[in-house]
Amino acid sequence: MMQAAWNSLNAFFGPVALTLMVGLLLALGWVQVNALFLVWLERKVAGHIQLRIGPKEVGPFGLLQTVVDGVKLLAKELITPSAVSWPLFVLSPVLVFAPVLVAFVVIPFGEEFQIRDLNVGVMLVFAFGGLGVLAILMGGWASNNKYALLGAIRSVAQNVAYEIPLLLSAMAVVLMAGSLSFQKIVEAQAGVWFVFYQPVAALLYLVGATAETNRAPFDIPEAESELVAGFHTEYSGMRFALFFLAEYSNMFIVASVATALFFGGWRGPFLPGPWWFLLKVYLLIFGVIWVRWTFPRLRFDQLMNFSWKYLIPIGVANLVVTAVVLKFTR
Amino acid sequence: MTPATPEPALRKTLTEETFFLNLGPQHPSTHGVLRLLLRLDGERIVTCQPVLGYSHRGHEHMAQNRTYLQFMPNPPRMDYLAGLMYNHAYCLAVERACGLEVPPRAIHIRLICAELNRISSHLLWFGAYLMDLGAFTPFLYAFDDREDILAILGEATGSRLTYSYCRFGGVARDINQAFIDGVRAFIPKMRARLKDYDTLVTKNIIFVNRTKGVGVISRERAKAHALTGPCLRASGTAFDIRKAEPYGFYPQFDFDIPVLTGGDCFDRYMIRLLEIEQSLRIVEQALNRLPAGPVKAEGVPQFITPPSGQYHFSYETARGHLGIFLVSDGSRVPYRMKWRVPSLSNLSILPVLLPGTLVADTIAILGSIDVVMPEIDR
Repeated sequence: MMQAAWNSLNAFFGPVALTLMVGLLLALGWVQVNALFLVWLERKVAGHIQLRIGPKEVGPFGLLQTVVDGVKLLAKELITPSAVSWPLFVLSPVLVFAPVLVAFVVIPFGEEFQIRDLNVGVMLVFAFGGLGVLAILMGGWASNNKYALLGAIRSVAQNVAYEIPLLLSAMAVVLMAGSLSFQKIVEAQAGVWFVFYQPVAALLYLVGATAETNRAPFDIPEAESELVAGFHTEYSGMRFALFFLAEYSNMFIVASVATALFFGGWRGPFLPGPWWFLLKVYLLIFGVIWVRWTFPRLRFDQLMNFSWKYLIPIGVANLVVTAVVLKFTR
Repeated sequence: MTPATPEPALRKTLTEETFFLNLGPQHPSTHGVLRLLLRLDGERIVTCQPVLGYSHRGHEHMAQNRTYLQFMPNPPRMDYLAGLMYNHAYCLAVERACGLEVPPRAIHIRLICAELNRISSHLLWFGAYLMDLGAFTPFLYAFDDREDILAILGEATGSRLTYSYCRFGGVARDINQAFIDGVRAFIPKMRARLKDYDTLVTKNIIFVNRTKGVGVISRERAKAHALTGPCLRASGTAFDIRKAEPYGFYPQFDFDIPVLTGGDCFDRYMIRLLEIEQSLRIVEQALNRLPAGPVKAEGVPQFITPPSGQYHFSYETARGHLGIFLVSDGSRVPYRMKWRVPSLSNLSILPVLLPGTLVADTIAILGSIDVVMPEIDR
């Protein structure tokens, strides 16, 4: 029965489109579950860092706390302030999600666990990752709020500055693996993980990724103590929840890419690949959460200087050295 | 600092490149109900105008309509973070005016409580300031320590925030052994915590970059704007009422007035941590030489009436120089009571300090001045 249904669907859409659709549906489900879990993890970790215990009332270990919060946000009224540019205002929270879903297509959860292994996988993730900032700019500008506008302006400047070191560090890995396909990159790390060949690139990537996902200490676009809530000041209810969801999904994406590029992807002993992959991803995310609850926020100009004066020159130097060494050793 | 709303006038000064931002009175970082009218060029401040008065309750007028004892609960509600010090200052002012003698045990107890209150005020400032700078965790650490102090003071005074513990001629009730044990346990814990704060915050490169060289107040400018308290001492002037016009038994205690010369946000931060250390020293000494005896003077009249005349009393609160100017006409009710609060003059430096800085610096500078709005608005 199931087989027959699958076959007829297969015949109608063709195998490529079908796997993509099923994969996207799975990704959509995974995004929700992952965000619920990550929010819980963040609150629990933050609690223990801050001499508290975090959520504990709803469900075992407070696991259902985020579900309840989600229901609350769903039930809330969607407030649209009177002077907003509403098509952009409404579109922005939807658009912020697009890069997340696209990136899920090429994330290599395991040897067989990947929606599609594109030969331009790395490029795809970064190309669509750039779209997220567009959504933030739209939301901040359309809100007709000065705090939101300042947040959006900061966000654009920051994302432009930090995508460059991100790409530079990824390019170093791509040079070593000789491919843009995630599976090939993971295969190339069969012996030694790239983090040991490319420690500088890995560090650059992690710093850049933290900034790219607007996480503390680089969370200036939504700097609470300065800009109230930054670009999403005027968003309420489920629209706000979508921004929130996108932030945590983005964290998952950048951590997944880091795992695939530097930490051997799904490789590991004993356990099947996907388990290793998720374990590494969540360890990286734990590190990001740890940083957030330890450091103060950078100032805007310091943040820009940090990228343009240090990260980008180091990234370029690292790329050149990698290229030269590869040229003479292979 | 005009109380009337200056928006229309300010709007006229806007040019193509600048825009107007209303920061507060409801904003996460204005600590109460301060409103700042900012003219911005991008993220750079061009002018800044504070608007005050959102929590005006008329305390000074209330003082003219009730007896001295009835006014007792009001002063702690002006500066709710240093309530016990306000309570202490009010009692001292009235006692000076009447020439009341206070038993030594009561003076010691008052000093211990006031210094603990100073520590708790600085701790809250520390936490809130770091939160302004985007670090959330130190806030909860500071509140954990502050909770210890509130529990100790609650044990002795019966309240946690707005204390009316000091009474004319003494304190409301004697302290017990639990209070003494609590303070003795707190002192080493707080000293250990200060070391934690040093490693967690003071040596943090991001924190240093955010505060070093930001909002520099020169020694002369600090004097010109009548800054007092930690803001003045961070700019290189060693002035503290506890040394300059001592009250209580302060001259008998061995403690220093920390002075730094940078005048920037970092020094204003540092000076408060150093003051916590000094306050701990005072508390420790006061506890060691706590005399036995009564905690309340005999024969304090029910309606205390200072002889007619004008009296002034100065007190060093956690924020600086508190002045109480009292005019008595010899009746049961004060004729006039004027409170000179430290936060008001400290805030007056803001319009001078902010132009040319970034929005993020505004928050850092405003936080470092440590204003308590209900104290300004009264």
